[in-house]
Amino acid sequence: MALDEIKIGGLGASRKRVEDNRFIRGKGNYVDDVVLPGMLHMEILRSPLAHARIKSIDVSGAWAIPGVRLVLTGEMMAARNLAWMPTLSYDTQAVLATDKVRFQGQEVACVIADDPYVAKDGCEAIVVDYEPLPPIVNPTQAMAPDAPLIRDDKVNQVDNKVFDWEVGDKEGTDRAFAEADVVSEIDMHYPRSHPSPIEACGSIADFDRSTSKLTVYMTTQAPHIIRAAVSLVAEIPEHMIRIIAPDLGGGFGNKVPVYPGYVASILASILTERPVKWIEDKSGNLISTGFGRDVYLKGQVAMRNDGKILGVRMHTESDHGAFFSDAQPSKFKIGLMHSAFACYDIPNAHLTATGVYTNKAPGGVAYRCSFRVTEAMYFQERMIQAAADDLGMDQAEFRRVNLVRDDDFPHRTPFGFLTDSGQYEKCLDIGLEAIGYADFKQEQEEARKRGRLLGIGISTMTEPLGAGNSREYDILGIKMFDSAELRVHMTGKAILRTGAKTQGQGHETTWAQIVAHELGIPADDIVVEEGDTDTAPFGMGTYASRSTPVAGAAVAMVSRKIRAKARKIAAHLLEVSEEDVEWELGRFYVRGAQDRGVSIQECAMAAYSNVPDGMEPGLENNAYYDPPNLTWPFACYIAKVEVDPETGVWDVLKMVAVDDCGVRINPMIVEGQIMGGLTEAYAMANMQFITFDEDGNCIGSNYMDYLLPTAWETPGFELHEVVTPCPHHPIGAKGIGECATVGGPAAFVNAVMDALKHTGVRNIDMPLLPDRVYGALTTGSDISGMPPVKTEA
Amino acid sequence: MFPSRFDYKSPTSLEEAISLLSAHEDAKVLAGGQSLIPMMKLRFAAPAMLVDINNIPGLDQHGAQSDGSYRIGALVRHADLEKSKTLGDHQPTIAAAAPLVADPIVRTRGTFVGSVCHADPQGDWASCMVALDGSIVAQGPNGRRTIAVDEFVAGPFQTVLAADEIAVEAIIPPASGTRKGGYLKLERRVGDFATAGVALSLEMSGSTVAKAGIGLTGVGSATISATEAAAALVGSSLDDATVDAAAEAAAAATSPRSDHRGSADYKRHIVATFVRRLLAQHQPAEAKVA
Ligand SMILES: Cc1cc2nc3c(=O)[nH]c(=O)nc-3n(C[C@H](O)[C@H](O)[C@H](O)COP(=O)(O)OP(=O)(O)OC[C@H]3O[C@@H](n4cnc5c(N)ncnc54)[C@H](O)[C@@H]3O)c2cc1C
Repeated sequence: MALDEIKIGGLGASRKRVEDNRFIRGKGNYVDDVVLPGMLHMEILRSPLAHARIKSIDVSGAWAIPGVRLVLTGEMMAARNLAWMPTLSYDTQAVLATDKVRFQGQEVACVIADDPYVAKDGCEAIVVDYEPLPPIVNPTQAMAPDAPLIRDDKVNQVDNKVFDWEVGDKEGTDRAFAEADVVSEIDMHYPRSHPSPIEACGSIADFDRSTSKLTVYMTTQAPHIIRAAVSLVAEIPEHMIRIIAPDLGGGFGNKVPVYPGYVASILASILTERPVKWIEDKSGNLISTGFGRDVYLKGQVAMRNDGKILGVRMHTESDHGAFFSDAQPSKFKIGLMHSAFACYDIPNAHLTATGVYTNKAPGGVAYRCSFRVTEAMYFQERMIQAAADDLGMDQAEFRRVNLVRDDDFPHRTPFGFLTDSGQYEKCLDIGLEAIGYADFKQEQEEARKRGRLLGIGISTMTEPLGAGNSREYDILGIKMFDSAELRVHMTGKAILRTGAKTQGQGHETTWAQIVAHELGIPADDIVVEEGDTDTAPFGMGTYASRSTPVAGAAVAMVSRKIRAKARKIAAHLLEVSEEDVEWELGRFYVRGAQDRGVSIQECAMAAYSNVPDGMEPGLENNAYYDPPNLTWPFACYIAKVEVDPETGVWDVLKMVAVDDCGVRINPMIVEGQIMGGLTEAYAMANMQFITFDEDGNCIGSNYMDYLLPTAWETPGFELHEVVTPCPHHPIGAKGIGECATVGGPAAFVNAVMDALKHTGVRNIDMPLLPDRVYGALTTGSDISGMPPVKTEA
Repeated sequence: MFPSRFDYKSPTSLEEAISLLSAHEDAKVLAGGQSLIPMMKLRFAAPAMLVDINNIPGLDQHGAQSDGSYRIGALVRHADLEKSKTLGDHQPTIAAAAPLVADPIVRTRGTFVGSVCHADPQGDWASCMVALDGSIVAQGPNGRRTIAVDEFVAGPFQTVLAADEIAVEAIIPPASGTRKGGYLKLERRVGDFATAGVALSLEMSGSTVAKAGIGLTGVGSATISATEAAAALVGSSLDDATVDAAAEAAAAATSPRSDHRGSADYKRHIVATFVRRLLAQHQPAEAKVA
């Protein structure tokens, strides 16, 4: 008899997360928990200024402190050709500043000492003589004709531009606009935010002179890429490098790049011949490591009077900070911004993008999204709402007119991606029903008469998750596939390793469920291990919701390889030919004689004790998976809010999420991902941003200024589900880790805009702080750009 | 957290604590540590010695006294006030503020008196003290003295406490008439300091205001006592015109700055709005209808 899939923890089982066993007992093993004999501690001295020439650095005070073992400066790094390192976007980034500091918080020197207190004392004793230069804190300043040159280190750099880039059909789009009945225009800004994992970054570098081997414990989402990068930058042979990513306290894209602290700790270990630990504090993390977003948009939608969209134009200006270190693997300068409008049937689109350098921290990481997809979908859904309003058409109806229909797949998106599946209108209908849309117009009208402001905001989107396919996606030339290795022991238990790296997603739980589904081995009998480059197969790591689409697919594929071999063994054990062997979950049996069978566990034992002649013993294999396409989950998020007209404070009355991420491996984990994502979306819409004053001081480099929402203010979410399996994924799954962060913000903002519609206000840039909402309400005008910031006198 | 090097003492009597403070330069009292420790972490503060008063008995009580005054000892935590079942009957302003100070974690450690000693213009308790006309009792080598709160707070993060004085308790004087009041705070998120906060205290004789106090949080370089606004209320029955006048006067008493919490104009507007909302809770039914 086939096994009960839910009972063995297979697909669809809301299995409790096995990793939580150690996390909730305080038994997690994070980088900071690792203690090596003789370990030293490193602290980074950061620049207090946003833009300044370094005239001199006097480190003698630090050396004078007992317990200080090494002081690193840019000059010392330069002597070893390590003052600059390559970024993932083919630019360079300073490891320790030599000539200038280019953002507040930039790494200037490192002190390595017996304990972290002394290391910090050492940093305080370093005297740096700075000559201040005028700081540039936004794209307008950056592109001004007389703007000071930030990247004077680069030979051919004459201005502060990083790139100009375009995609789409300009002529076709121009024609569409010429033919349009109505053109809607809206400008907006997606503010700078930060992934802000609870665990900041850190590393322990341990160079062993006797073996020439470098072991680095590191907070990284992509250990194998780091190994390659370290090998290239530090010129250490790759087999002499072992990167270990132990438990990670969240990543959200922040732990994809290589940071100066990692590099400095490695050099410090080589020089001191002792393990060197660097643990970044929260302020260091917020002020210097990979931020997200910071993009301005000019958007235009061309429509017919009946609501049909004929074309869209987008122009983005992105602020990359001092170094172009966007962590993204595509050939596209502004990431997957052109995935915008993928869920709508729009014949023409054109996008132009300009990127600039500013005196702000570098990064541009994909904060819980695929490479600028969050901006793309936010812009899309805000443009859609403004277009519906400008046309005077109901926002739900407007979407319905333009959404791609179920029978229209595969569908070419306005900018040329290929989507393959979905039931968009069904999701929209479920959402509208759940929020009570039919009666809302009347409710809103009546409330307004009594001085209450209600609004509903909708966000519908499909996003590209799961880079790559190797034709289009690579990191520094390394193709974006992923891998899994499965070893089934003789007693039928197994160990699975992948090239991904879990950091909260629950791989230890869900990968075992995929194996259980494919092989009928109970999930509890499978351990999952990731993150050690000496043991895990090569992989590109976990970000951009790519693990289930790519590594998860590899897990299914390697399981199938194992099953194929087990089938041969089963035939041997059952003494029939392979063609006569049938499979049901957990066992093979003889066709026509279902009671004559062997379990997968019996096959495993035989693989080590009784293999057929000529067969290699053992039951293990690996698989590399190169996905044929991205996966395209769809989501419909609808928020209902009330705005207090006296204060501008807004409350979420109800929030409905309808997600279609294909087949759900572990529904509970999927729901957790959606809840977490919506919480982040709410934070973005409501309270979160990093801004800079005119001197380039970072406002938002601590948790008093940079707000993470808590359970107190986060609204409740009502989740709904639609399942349209992914046609090309082995188990029909699509990415889900990021949909809610990507699609959620627009729902909240659209809802507040809907509540304010009668005032003529069309846009308030995030975050929708009460004073901005109140300001828009009372003046009837849009509020754009960053909240005002004054330096304290 | 890696602060600068410091000495740590944990005396078990006030006398011992005071002599430690007298004997050591640059020694600081440690109460709940919710302001001092973060500053040490950031190395904005680097005291040579911490004199931890948490092991001194007798400082953790609060309650109404026989003379009608209300005393809050130096080790009474925000959470003690928040959870008190009787506080609201005596001190509605403080009871309303308690759940709005910081977040639940900070409230379990942070102290009322420590907050007043910290003299942060964004501290919620100093505004309540100002509205309630409270005082701080300080003890030093030469005994005790009682200091009215508006004198006690000398400026942002400054008090008149001598280096070897410890604030041992806060006193709220008895009310003349029935005590009413409340606290409203606009915050971006739980645990955030106030964008603007208003503490209101009313002492009612029948439906007439006998005495009033209004303290404002986060809208100036120090805690603000809106004395004109309070004076406008005295003798009135909180009719709409008086309420409006008080709201406008309170807003006029502020000198906020525009920052990431909101613009100066907005903060002024919130102060006026909150004064109105607080007073509306105590308007007689007739006044509300009118
Ligand atoms: C995340 C966070 C959020 C916060 N949010 C708010 C908020 O919204 N509103 C608000 O009002 N506060 C807020 N606070 C501050 C908090 O209320 C503090 O607890 C309070 O300001 C200080 O009290 P404490 O007992 O912790 O004092 P400590 O930190 O121990 O001391 C503060 C200062 O006062 C001195 N001191 C303390 N007690 C005495 C005494 N008895 N005699 C003499 N000197 C003394 C100390 O030497 C030190 O200089 C927040 C704090 C944090 C960490």
